[in-house]
Amino acid sequence: MENSNIMLDLRDIHKSFFIGTPNEFEVLHGVNFSVNKGEFVSIVGQSGSGKSTLMNIIGALDRPTAGEYTLDGIDIEKAKDHELSILRNKKIGFVFQTYNLIARTNALKNVELPMMYAGMGRSERTERAKMLLEQVGMTDRMMHNPDELSGGQKQRVAIARAMANDPAIILADEPTGALDSATGRLIMDIFHRLHEEQGKTIVLITHSPELSLETERIITLKDGSIIGQSEGTWNKNAKEVG
Amino acid sequence: MLFTENILVALAGLKANIMRSLLTMLGIIIGIASVIAIMTVGNSITLIVNTTMQDLGANNLEMGVVQRSIDEEQTDTGTSYGAGYVREMTDDDLISPEMVEAFRKEYPDDLKYIIMQEQIGTYADQGKVTEGNKNANVKIMGYNSDYFQFKDIKLIDGRKFLNRDFRDAKKVCLVTDKLVERIYDGDNDAAIGQEIEVNLNGSYYKYHIVGVYEYVQDQFSFGVSDNPVTELVIPYETARNENHKQNKGYEYFTLVTSVNTDNDTFATTVRDYFNVNFYSQNDAYEIAVISMASMMDSMNTMINMIQLALSVIAGISLVVGGIGVMNIMLVSITERTKEIGTRKALGATNGSIRLQFITESVVICLIGGIIGIVCGCGLGMLAVKLMGYDAVISVSSIVIAVGFSMAIGIFFGYYPANKAAKLNPIDALRYE
Ligand SMILES: Nc1ncnc2c1ncn2[C@@H]1O[C@H](COP(=O)(O)OP(=O)(O)OP(=O)(O)O)[C@@H](O)[C@H]1O
Ligand SMILES: [Mg+2]
Repeated sequence: MENSNIMLDLRDIHKSFFIGTPNEFEVLHGVNFSVNKGEFVSIVGQSGSGKSTLMNIIGALDRPTAGEYTLDGIDIEKAKDHELSILRNKKIGFVFQTYNLIARTNALKNVELPMMYAGMGRSERTERAKMLLEQVGMTDRMMHNPDELSGGQKQRVAIARAMANDPAIILADEPTGALDSATGRLIMDIFHRLHEEQGKTIVLITHSPELSLETERIITLKDGSIIGQSEGTWNKNAKEVG
Repeated sequence: MLFTENILVALAGLKANIMRSLLTMLGIIIGIASVIAIMTVGNSITLIVNTTMQDLGANNLEMGVVQRSIDEEQTDTGTSYGAGYVREMTDDDLISPEMVEAFRKEYPDDLKYIIMQEQIGTYADQGKVTEGNKNANVKIMGYNSDYFQFKDIKLIDGRKFLNRDFRDAKKVCLVTDKLVERIYDGDNDAAIGQEIEVNLNGSYYKYHIVGVYEYVQDQFSFGVSDNPVTELVIPYETARNENHKQNKGYEYFTLVTSVNTDNDTFATTVRDYFNVNFYSQNDAYEIAVISMASMMDSMNTMINMIQLALSVIAGISLVVGGIGVMNIMLVSITERTKEIGTRKALGATNGSIRLQFITESVVICLIGGIIGIVCGCGLGMLAVKLMGYDAVISVSSIVIAVGFSMAIGIFFGYYPANKAAKLNPIDALRYE
């Protein structure tokens, strides 16, 4: 019963990097935490504390050196590489600090990409991509290539792309890190909307204390270990509004 | 669906680096163009040679007096002249008219015609007919009566040669309508009965025109000239007289066999007949007979060999071109490592990444191939035209070229594409 409400569950996750014999450099020293379905969580911590490393493991881009990780009931350890590809395609939406839009490919085609890999028909995915771009207010620029868009516009396209296959969870690694505060605000509002209106599970990495406070739960990482968890203010705000 | 998408991505990539793409394709373009050009020239020449030989009579046998071969020299137990004995050919070595008569009587069924020809002067000699300020180029050719039965010459006006023209070596001739056009303003009646004078190597030859026949352009002639060299035809015996050979034998002539005769067997029969009956005592010369068909075969084999050899050399440039494509694919993949990481994060499988880059390399090679085909056809056609013939473009070589460039794309694209596919997603994403 409890299990069915859990989106992701990490148990004693270790991650080391091999940096030339005989050194192994351990970045994560046994991380434990879980995120419920529909939860909006932020991860904070100093630079180099292992946030991105942890995020990559959550996003099934990388495998932990040791520990157990279950995503939406799927044991990642046992999954084969191509199964992880499918998992990333269907269950996870990535938003990167550097946007990572595909060059020479317009906004619409960028948003269509995950649906194309999922095998969705052309007209169906174009229609859905247009709808998603509309949700982030990018309808009038959807035929533009990434090099013709501002940072904030690129990040909105990236969010629309993350939503393409209606993922179970959105992982955003410093999505506002390269944006000014006003634009960052705009991006943050989109995340709130996805969370509130569509009940998306979101894990957000940020360096900004204000933004992290807006989430439901704040996980603090230090030197590869979780040193604390605290509640954010989002719940209160929601209750006040409600 | 993923396929067309991949092609579009590949084309966009090529467009973004037009100069680089063109340079990469250059090897493929040059390779394919040379192969196609070589094929076009080779095929055209084969066709021309074959039709020409067909015209000469693919079923003919050529026979003549040749140097005795060394092998037979050694088996000759009678007189030992030593291997490779050589001496000048004398009149006694030639085929006498008596031998020809005996030969004719021996094989009345297989032998249809014995064609003999004699040109005044040498093969390259050209005579000139001058009449006031008008002139025409001719070569004087003597043919025996068998020739006129075998080859149909289209008489327009006047008469053909009569038996007595041959027998008495009359100084009569047939001229072409082309000559009549140039010398007699196209008036056949004015021409017939006239005595025509030909200046050849400083000597003058005079004949009475008895007929006009239709000029057919020689297949070997270069383009259309309004003053072509046409044949002024005289009786064989007349030509022999002019060349002072009246009492001599023949060095070579052509046999036309009947339809049911197996030429290869008959060639051996004829050779043995002459060598046993007339040449067994000859120390240095004997008779050889070859069939046009086998000559055509060896000619074709030769052309094909040359074509193949040249194509292999051109093929090497294709391989070099392929390596160029592989190189640029490796560069492109390194440049786009982050893109590959992003695609993997979005759910691309190794297979779809591999397919994307193989498609890209195939697209490069295919475009190069198509440009190469166009250039090659143009080049080949130009070369054939310059030689004065009509070009034959072989469709099969185009199809093969398209297939080949695709194969090169797949072969040389596979390694880079596989390298891209195997990239670890997180390493690719972190790549700077
Ligand atoms: N592939 C790798 N090889 C070696 N070391 C690595 C690798 N990836 C990360 N690290 C190391 O792991 C540590 C944690 O890196 P990580 O990127 O997770 O930090 P972060 O918390 O995201 O920092 P920031 O806030 O600056 O993004 C760093 O010391 C980094 O050098
Ligand atoms: Mg980081």
